[in-house]
Amino acid sequence: MSLHAAERKLGWGLLAPALLWTLAFFVLPFLAMLALSFAHMEGRAIVQGFDPGNYIRAFTDWSQLKALINSVEITVTVTVISVVLAWPLAAIIAWRVPQRFQRLALLMAVLPFWTSYVVRSYSWLLVLGKNGVINKALMGTGLISEPLALASTRTATVIGFVHFFVMLLTLTIYANLIQLSPNYARAAQDLGAGDWATFVHVILPLTLPGVITGAFVTFVLCIGDYITPQILGGNAELTLPQLIMLQMGRSGNFPMASALSVVLMAVVTLAYAACSRWLRLDRL
Amino acid sequence: MTASLSIQSVTQRYGTALALDAVSLDIAAGEFVVLLGPSGCGKTTLLNLIGGFAEPVSGRILIGGKDMAGVAPAQRPTTTVFQDYALFPHMTLADNVGFGLRMRGVARPERRAKAEEMLALVGLPGKALRRPHELSGGQRQRVALARALAVAPDVLLLDEPLGALDLKLRRAMQDELKEIQRRVGTTFVHVTHDQEEAMAVADRIVVMNAGKIADVGPPREVYLSPKSLFSAAFMGEINQIAVRDGQSALGALVPGTGTLLIRPEAIGLNGALPLGLCRVEDVAFFGTHVRAHVTPLKAPGTRLTVHLAQTLSVEPGAVLDLAATDHLMLEEE
Amino acid sequence: MRLLSWAYLAAAYAFVFLPVVVLVVFSFQDGRLPVPPFQGFSLQWYDKILGNGALMTALWHSALVAFVSSALALVMGFLAAHALARVRLPGSVLLRGLLIAPMTVSYLIIALGLLTTFNQAGISLSLWTAGIGHVVINLPLCFAIAYAAMGDHQKNAERAARDLGATEAQVLWHVSAPMLAPALAAAFFLSVTFSWDEFIIAFLLTRFDVTLPVEIWSMLRSGLSPATNAVGSLVFLVSVSAVVLMEIFLFRRPK
Repeated sequence: MSLHAAERKLGWGLLAPALLWTLAFFVLPFLAMLALSFAHMEGRAIVQGFDPGNYIRAFTDWSQLKALINSVEITVTVTVISVVLAWPLAAIIAWRVPQRFQRLALLMAVLPFWTSYVVRSYSWLLVLGKNGVINKALMGTGLISEPLALASTRTATVIGFVHFFVMLLTLTIYANLIQLSPNYARAAQDLGAGDWATFVHVILPLTLPGVITGAFVTFVLCIGDYITPQILGGNAELTLPQLIMLQMGRSGNFPMASALSVVLMAVVTLAYAACSRWLRLDRL
Repeated sequence: MTASLSIQSVTQRYGTALALDAVSLDIAAGEFVVLLGPSGCGKTTLLNLIGGFAEPVSGRILIGGKDMAGVAPAQRPTTTVFQDYALFPHMTLADNVGFGLRMRGVARPERRAKAEEMLALVGLPGKALRRPHELSGGQRQRVALARALAVAPDVLLLDEPLGALDLKLRRAMQDELKEIQRRVGTTFVHVTHDQEEAMAVADRIVVMNAGKIADVGPPREVYLSPKSLFSAAFMGEINQIAVRDGQSALGALVPGTGTLLIRPEAIGLNGALPLGLCRVEDVAFFGTHVRAHVTPLKAPGTRLTVHLAQTLSVEPGAVLDLAATDHLMLEEE
Repeated sequence: MRLLSWAYLAAAYAFVFLPVVVLVVFSFQDGRLPVPPFQGFSLQWYDKILGNGALMTALWHSALVAFVSSALALVMGFLAAHALARVRLPGSVLLRGLLIAPMTVSYLIIALGLLTTFNQAGISLSLWTAGIGHVVINLPLCFAIAYAAMGDHQKNAERAARDLGATEAQVLWHVSAPMLAPALAAAFFLSVTFSWDEFIIAFLLTRFDVTLPVEIWSMLRSGLSPATNAVGSLVFLVSVSAVVLMEIFLFRRPK
């Protein structure tokens, strides 16, 4: 028995630093934020208490609710487009590109991943802006006479996000595809399935766990991001993170910001529950 | 070095499953004992308990007379040769073999000398600076053996050490294993499910089944006079004929009630126990013998497996007058 | 079908590279705006940013925070992974979930929670409060990678080492860590990248000693400038060099 006890003591000892860190700087702050979300503002002072007013406001005040709706809409759009664009890219790299060039092809496909995140959104501004590359090119060829309003729109935000997440999803889907034995497809075809049937009934279901995991990560990162909508979407329409930053920055309303953060987390938790069956977070 | 080993009424449970049921066994110093049984019989569990990788729910394990309760694997006078060898891939063979000595604070030159000596013992002289991935399966097995022996354990535990090797290599390695054991004199406890391997190396075989010891004895004894139906069947093919009050499907063969056991090679044209006329159903040539299935004319529902002499050529449908030279009656309790 | 594949691949690469190419090209702009037309080749913006003290300080801060927080996260994550993979502890599934949980929470929320806590505890913001936040986001990553890499192969080798008399610290140092070296290096490298590039935590949890992304953010406020392009291009160059070096030295080793 004493061996087990000693082993267990050792286990707790090794676990302690990570566990304490997570408790002190993740769980505790979350609880503090949760408590703060039930406080309210009187003038510029925070009054502690149990007041669900912030949550009621988040869902009834149109300017607050709109931000939540915008965030969910943008995130869902981005996730769907990114998956649809990344899947064929990953498949082409896995199946069409010769084996010895695959790593290079993959590395190239995600190379812009290594630019600074802030700078990446900024460079899309150079592409999409009023005087940007696309407008200059289109006007130069005479296709349009007036510059298109591309920047400071939801489209710009979506493009900026899709650019980032296509790279991420290509990696996760590729990792999934490359593990599939070619014999699955062979077996399906051997049993009379055509290309399309093989894809729909065999290949796609087998990559589903990888796709769902990648899509979930996309969802989490996208819905919580402040930079991309702030730089590319501007203030034309607000997303939830932008609203949270506004509440904190302009009005110093930490309770409201906390409540909105809890709402944001709830949305992520819902998404997690929706796809938890397929998620393999520890295998990322 | 060497020491005796005493397992006293050891019980182990995994959840509600009983892995070992009050097992007792005494092993003499310098003995080569094989724990033999199908997967799930408890043989590996017992080995892990001896090595200190788990602790029994109840019972005691003594090595050289000392109770091992609460003693960690590192402090036990045992070392293990693992099934997958568990060689350290990032170390040379010399560092692998010298690892145990390094943990005991032995200086580098001395470690190196001992490693060379052990590698030579297992037939890998001059390969000290190689790494595990450069070796074949059989060579890795030897390194694992050298590493476990380098710290001069009293008891060496071998967990299916030849299981990953192909049949031919396994047969060659088992002879070598026996030879090395004789030279170092360490007590070997070896786990396997291969009865031929067990007979090739063991001084004594412990047949295990469902968490209990089904039989113990030298190979000859366990094979020829098994104490249970399970060990009789596990040690090799055997014909079982039910006998009730001296009567069986083949007539009156032996007195008593229980099961009459006859090895296929004990059946032939001559013998003390006549089995009567039998029709040959099918025949296959096995090199050392001719294996055939026969049906006694007296008992059309019974099939016997027989090993006939290599020189005897029989065709299916032939009728032979067979007899057994040797048999064993296991009385019902 | 084959032609379509290559066309798709080309289009995808074009999309992926478009902003980066624009970024790098206009960092050499001989003019005040990083947009077409390209007015000529000039290194003046690089000259300008390299002489920018605030920017260089921010760069140093970023590197410092990235390395220190990643090292901390790696050590704690590795030890925790070892404990949970090797020792049967009560509630280990729950503990694993707890350690991975920060991965599913937006950085903004982690930052806000920490900000609230630091405010209430009266801890003033500095580079180190941001570093604490970066450990929070990198710990689950390091833990998950180390945990996933601990297969039966390592487990058996560790058992063998223990059997041969190694203490737990010796097992960790001589066997587990070297065997897991590629995974640990990858975890460290990823952590450094994430921390180096992280904006929102650094933005909310630092006050004066800001990191590079925060400094770039404040440059953006003054509008488009080839100077920002130059910073972005430099960061890109450094990161890509690091990736290529990693690729050559770490992942190309014979297995």
